[in-house]
Amino acid sequence: MEHSEIMELLPAYVDQELGIAETLTVQSHLDSCPECRREYAEQSALSKCVRTETAYFKAPPDLAARIAAHIPDTLPQDKPRRISLPSFPASWGLSSNLSWLQVGTAMATLLVAVWSAGLYLNLPTADDRITEEAISNHVRSLQADHLTDVASTDQHTVKPWFNGKLNFAPTVIDLAPQGFVLEGGRLDYLDGHPVAALIYRRQKHPINLYIWPANGKDAGPKAESSRGYHVVHWTADEMHYWAVSDVEESELLKFSGILRLATHQ
Amino acid sequence: MTDPIKNRRFHMLVMPHLNSAFNLACWLTRSRHDAEDLVQEASLRAFRFFDGFHGDDARAWLLTIVRNTFYTWYQENHAQQQNTLFDEEFHSLDTTDAVDMHYRDNNPEKLLLRKDSERQLQQGLAALPLEFREVMVMRELEDLSYKQIAGIVDIPIGTVMSRLGRGRKLLAKILAPANQGE
Ligand SMILES: [Zn+2]
Repeated sequence: MEHSEIMELLPAYVDQELGIAETLTVQSHLDSCPECRREYAEQSALSKCVRTETAYFKAPPDLAARIAAHIPDTLPQDKPRRISLPSFPASWGLSSNLSWLQVGTAMATLLVAVWSAGLYLNLPTADDRITEEAISNHVRSLQADHLTDVASTDQHTVKPWFNGKLNFAPTVIDLAPQGFVLEGGRLDYLDGHPVAALIYRRQKHPINLYIWPANGKDAGPKAESSRGYHVVHWTADEMHYWAVSDVEESELLKFSGILRLATHQ
Repeated sequence: MTDPIKNRRFHMLVMPHLNSAFNLACWLTRSRHDAEDLVQEASLRAFRFFDGFHGDDARAWLLTIVRNTFYTWYQENHAQQQNTLFDEEFHSLDTTDAVDMHYRDNNPEKLLLRKDSERQLQQGLAALPLEFREVMVMRELEDLSYKQIAGIVDIPIGTVMSRLGRGRKLLAKILAPANQGE
């Protein structure tokens, strides 16, 4: 490909929207072309600036209420049977506060009742329960625009941020060279513990990695799937690690593999 | 007349994306007040058309309606106002209370400096012509894929790429004089 064609592809290269062949072509051209390197640097700097320093306008709470007033949510309370799991694939226990408010107490109670009934019927293991909880936390973190409390791609910024907020120090490793970019950290709550949540991104797909102390012995990685999300979890050096994402399972396994190698040193 | 299943599905699938709708509306209209009206109208329109929604990307679907509603409204009333490069109304927005800033860190010494660059970026992005501004907002603030943006704006994916590229260059140009002093 010629210089001018490469130049045109640079925005998509910055956005990781190119196929593998094109990505490699652009990469090797960049090695030999200072002009394209400058253009690439400018594109990615601008993108980063806009992402980190411009305003994200959140809807005022009364706007939702005003819209809802035109769309009454009238749940027939005498027909609870009509609520079946398959019709709400991704909504259990993870609606934003917004919709919970609008759905109303009756609905909320019903959801909780149906949900816990389902749990009893299936007699879930502890792993199943944590899997569901981890997925719910993952989805909620995306819906509520609250992916990160500390947004940084620098592991040396993210790690100290947890100091004093948790009674353990999570290992924070950037895996950008391996294609899993560290985006930041967040405090979360899982299985009755405060946990560290590290956010990585594989192209478009965010990965939440939950870390908290374990008493038991090491356990190899186990993969689970539910509601269209994949979970890979393992225990190493007295820490639980639970990774959740909508990325392909093979990618998540790769992520856990790299991470386990990196943390075991 | 009311269909409880439809209403509930709408609440579950569409309403969680109200923040995205409002954010896009703010950047299109450059006015919080107009954005509220726009999102309200678009949401009700979305509800009317909800029977026709069979996809799995409710956010992109809602944003398409917000955008279309905006363009209808814009062509009817506000074309001239939008043509002015710097819209005073948008600048009067107080970014400190209106928004959630994505701070990279909380170093207080850098905060003042950053506030200044934020304002410049804010104004720079607001000053971009609509065709660049909308794709920039969808890409950088909503993190939509090229494919999703192409669907919403109804342009080829290659055009999404070139508009983003040109939009970023334009923004760099707008910001350049301000950065020379640093
Ligand atoms: Zn070149």
